[in-house]
Amino acid sequence: MAVNPETAHRTVGAANPPQLRAIRLRRQRIFKAIVLTLTLLFLFIPLASMLLFTVRHPLSGQWSLAPWQAIFTGNGESLGADLTVLWEGLGSSLLLCVVTVVIMLVLMVPTMVIVHIRSRRLERAIEWVATLPLTIPAIVLVVGLGPIYRWLSADVFSTDPVWLCFAYVVLVMPFAFRSIAVGLNSIDVKTLVEASRSLGASWPRVFFRVIIPNLWQSILSASFISIAVVLGEYTVASLLGRMNLQVALYQLGQSNSQVSTAMSLLALMFGVILLVALDLISTAMRTSKEGK
Amino acid sequence: MSVALAQGRPAGKTAGPSATSFVAAHRKELGTVGVTVPFFAYTTCFLLVPTIIVVVGAFTGADGGFTLANFARLAEPNTIASFGTSITVSIISAVIGSVVGALASYSLVIGAKPDGLLRRMVSAISSVLAQFGGVMLAFAFIATIGINGVGTMLLQQLFGVTVDPNWLSSLSGLIVIYSYFQIPLMIIVFLPAVDSIRTEWREATESLGGNTFQYWTRVACPILAPRFISAFLLLFANAFSAYATAAALFSQRAILVPLMIQGAMRNEMDPNQQGFAQVLAFAMVVVVAIVMLLSHIIEKRAGRWQ
Repeated sequence: MAVNPETAHRTVGAANPPQLRAIRLRRQRIFKAIVLTLTLLFLFIPLASMLLFTVRHPLSGQWSLAPWQAIFTGNGESLGADLTVLWEGLGSSLLLCVVTVVIMLVLMVPTMVIVHIRSRRLERAIEWVATLPLTIPAIVLVVGLGPIYRWLSADVFSTDPVWLCFAYVVLVMPFAFRSIAVGLNSIDVKTLVEASRSLGASWPRVFFRVIIPNLWQSILSASFISIAVVLGEYTVASLLGRMNLQVALYQLGQSNSQVSTAMSLLALMFGVILLVALDLISTAMRTSKEGK
Repeated sequence: MSVALAQGRPAGKTAGPSATSFVAAHRKELGTVGVTVPFFAYTTCFLLVPTIIVVVGAFTGADGGFTLANFARLAEPNTIASFGTSITVSIISAVIGSVVGALASYSLVIGAKPDGLLRRMVSAISSVLAQFGGVMLAFAFIATIGINGVGTMLLQQLFGVTVDPNWLSSLSGLIVIYSYFQIPLMIIVFLPAVDSIRTEWREATESLGGNTFQYWTRVACPILAPRFISAFLLLFANAFSAYATAAALFSQRAILVPLMIQGAMRNEMDPNQQGFAQVLAFAMVVVVAIVMLLSHIIEKRAGRWQ
């Protein structure tokens, strides 16, 4: 590339002796070990501290599994903690996950499939709209959503937290769009549709029997990332005054930080499982595509 | 699958060049637009309308008429200070995140197979931790170095060092906490860029007589620089729009712009606060939009290279 031509002429064809290369490789290995160890330590120390924090009472210094027992038995009386708020939050977050994923799929999948086949211009418009929430911070969206939700809860729906799903679909849209777009680009949708249409299949049949089975991996990964986002959402719920898992964790943290830290760790573990599954799915997608 | 039989057919429009094909083509287009209506209707209601409410609210006075007076509040010392803090925290955490993240991604790539276990593990963990903001992250750091944190106690018992219990809610504490999700995000974003560097380039540099320094300054850095800058800008926008972590840490002090918005939203009935949340939100969108636009331009220029 931009190597000085004079030096290049002088030493052309004379590669570095193998000893030098070996030294470089060893240096690289040391560098790699140091950087990765430090980075991973920084990432793991807070997680390990969370675990220790839940089993050792910070004031008395006694070790006990009481916070975990309280979570798994659902009874926080031994710690003097009222866990009803936690179950309420967890329940509404899980329900929100389901409703958000369903709305997201119904809204995005048919639309993205049809514009992928028919209109490049509309597809770009949809990409632009769907990734727009990345540019509009959630805290800004809440300012605009406030009046809408005030009207919705007074005149149309109730103040039940499940109606947060409308805002959450917008929040998960960029991630879901990317997952589905990857799937659409990896298969030849156009040929599949034309082939099945020319064989006499109706549109719904094409959609449910041909396209969905070919896209299930990206549909699954779009759903997983949406679940991960919804479970971790705090901004919208807390500012609109609705209860969800994170709001409950925050409230519980004021009175019993051990239980809420334990619950945070569980939620994090669940996220790890979801995203590792996502990684496995995308690896499977890549290998199946290469295998074709 | 019966579909495979027909795959040999050439792809393309099947309609013949007859008079009806024009109508048919039009019906097709109308059908396409028809299917997209629910998507656009939904995003209008829950994305476009909220944005319009913010923008209109920023220009609306207490009497409901058009005004620019709300923007005067952006010049108040409080507001300027919180914008300053927000931008400082975002820049420093983005610098730490992007440098450490880039070094980590480079370390993951050198001397390793592209689908090695360590690399896959680290990138899976990173994609979890990059999403790990908010209340749970605040708990993690309170458990580590808060008043009764595990780290605080260890430091005190082993070395007799007392950690300032308020360190977490100081500027440097906030930067460290933000770095916790910035570094993993950088790893995810930057790994593909480092992957695109080929070992042949290094060998070519060496066989042309270049040393390591020349390789980095003349070959690798010019190629990686645009991707690095656009990743840095993404990290900046990410930190700038983060709300939940700070909200969980500071319950009272509004030292960041998002926290100020929260305060303004809570006091919306106060006539003096009219339109203040909207103005702040509008200013935030402007900052993020500029950053994203810059990143888009740089990425486009980088795309020309590939």
